[in-house]
Amino acid sequence: MLEIVGLRKSFDGAPILREVDLSIRQGDVLAVLGPSGGGKTTLLRCMNYLERADAGTMIFQGRKMDMPAMTRREIADYRRHTAFVFQNFNLFSNKTALQNVTEGLIVARKMARSEAEKRGMEALERVGLADRRDAYPSQLSGGQQQRVAIARAVAGSPDVIFFDEPTSALDPELIGGVLDVIQALAEDGMTMVVVTHEVNFARRVSDRVLFMENGAALVCQDTAAFFGEQNLERIQTFLRSLERKDDK
Amino acid sequence: MALSERLVDILVTSFPRILGQGILVTIPLTVISFVLALIIAVICAMIQIADIRGLKQLVRFYIWIIRGTPLLVQLYLVYFGLPDLGIMLPAFPCAVAVFALNEGAYCAETVRASIEAVPRGQMEAGYCVGMSYVQIMARIVLPQAFRTAFPPLSNSLISMVKDTSLAANITVMEMFMETQRVAGRTYEHLALYSEVAVIYLLFCTVITWLQRMGERRLNAMNGGDVIHA
Ligand SMILES: Nc1ncnc2c1ncn2[C@@H]1O[C@H](COP(=O)(O)OP(=O)(O)OP(=O)(O)O)[C@@H](O)[C@H]1O
Ligand SMILES: [Mg+2]
Repeated sequence: MLEIVGLRKSFDGAPILREVDLSIRQGDVLAVLGPSGGGKTTLLRCMNYLERADAGTMIFQGRKMDMPAMTRREIADYRRHTAFVFQNFNLFSNKTALQNVTEGLIVARKMARSEAEKRGMEALERVGLADRRDAYPSQLSGGQQQRVAIARAVAGSPDVIFFDEPTSALDPELIGGVLDVIQALAEDGMTMVVVTHEVNFARRVSDRVLFMENGAALVCQDTAAFFGEQNLERIQTFLRSLERKDDK
Repeated sequence: MALSERLVDILVTSFPRILGQGILVTIPLTVISFVLALIIAVICAMIQIADIRGLKQLVRFYIWIIRGTPLLVQLYLVYFGLPDLGIMLPAFPCAVAVFALNEGAYCAETVRASIEAVPRGQMEAGYCVGMSYVQIMARIVLPQAFRTAFPPLSNSLISMVKDTSLAANITVMEMFMETQRVAGRTYEHLALYSEVAVIYLLFCTVITWLQRMGERRLNAMNGGDVIHA
């Protein structure tokens, strides 16, 4: 359903993404793993046009798009079909939990308030926060904020949701709750791209894994094959280095 | 200083006259100028933030001029200077124009800094839920910036109440000029200038009080005192 060919991006002349290709099937969860600075965030931001790619073609729902040449209108149109969950949540701090979820529905999609609130409450229920509907972000824990952010993403019924390290800004005891919500979405068949350092989560939930290093997609393969014994030496050392960190 | 019967009499009769000029002139002069200043400030801040070419340079130039010259000189320039070019304004509109332009330049910087203090992620989150630049500005960024700008803007308002006394120099019959007149007739300088000082203090106290109330309401609308950077 979403395919990218030849994505390139540089910042101030330094190439950050070099010829990245990837494809996501409907209903799949693509985990993006790799060492820090490898370009995972940049890839995700380019995929939702928060950064402008230097080169690359995107094929979304059968429509072919030249990524650097997308107009503002085309981008807005594309974003109606996608959602983005940020590492640091980025909830609207002047809006309550429910308003965060309904804002885009009412303002951007011109949905009636009553309909938007109905949908918003459904989305909050899905992340287990219906009772905090009137809380402001500053009154919520990090884990709760991230779950509201996920509700906001889900409420627009996107075709694909992009997650950029959704749990790495959270205290350890709050991570589980957020990962559970994402796993439940996966089980409901939501198509997702999840940048994460949670290897066990990737192993358990994802269908495919994209390994990014130095701005290149080293492999993009089925999860079982990625974690298999006979995979590339580089990937095995990467996974071992994470295990060592976990042991500490 | 003995509080003679004569002095008491002067103070008592002058009080309503001075306060009256305060209510009839100082307060309208302040309110009208400040509202105009805010409009100027928001427009200038938006021009700078949206990076509108040409206009941005003009705004920088305006702010540079205003902040680099004394308010009193600006008042003289407009009231006594412009007539040389055939532009003659009555004293009150002249004062309004100068105060609005002057305060507008300072507030523009306050408003700009407050908008820039809103984290970038707020804008990006807005884009990701499909909102347009204008929608995000109006509904997300400006309300948050307003919370940040509110205390320094209140400060500017308080300064302006007191600065309006400078309008006496260009014949605006506000509180201070009224006091000068009474003092000139009675020679009770200490008592009368103390009196008008107390009235200014009263005005500023009311504004401070309003500021507290406003801050409390704005905080409630943002879910407590915590302002996340
Ligand atoms: N706006 C920017 N301007 C300049 N350089 C940038 C910018 N954003 C990212 N980079 C650089 O691009 C490289 C890749 O960054 P990116 O954030 O995509 O990595 P990442 O894989 O997400 O890392 P992490 O796991 O630490 O989040 C880094 O070297 C970073 O310094
Ligand atoms: Mg990153």
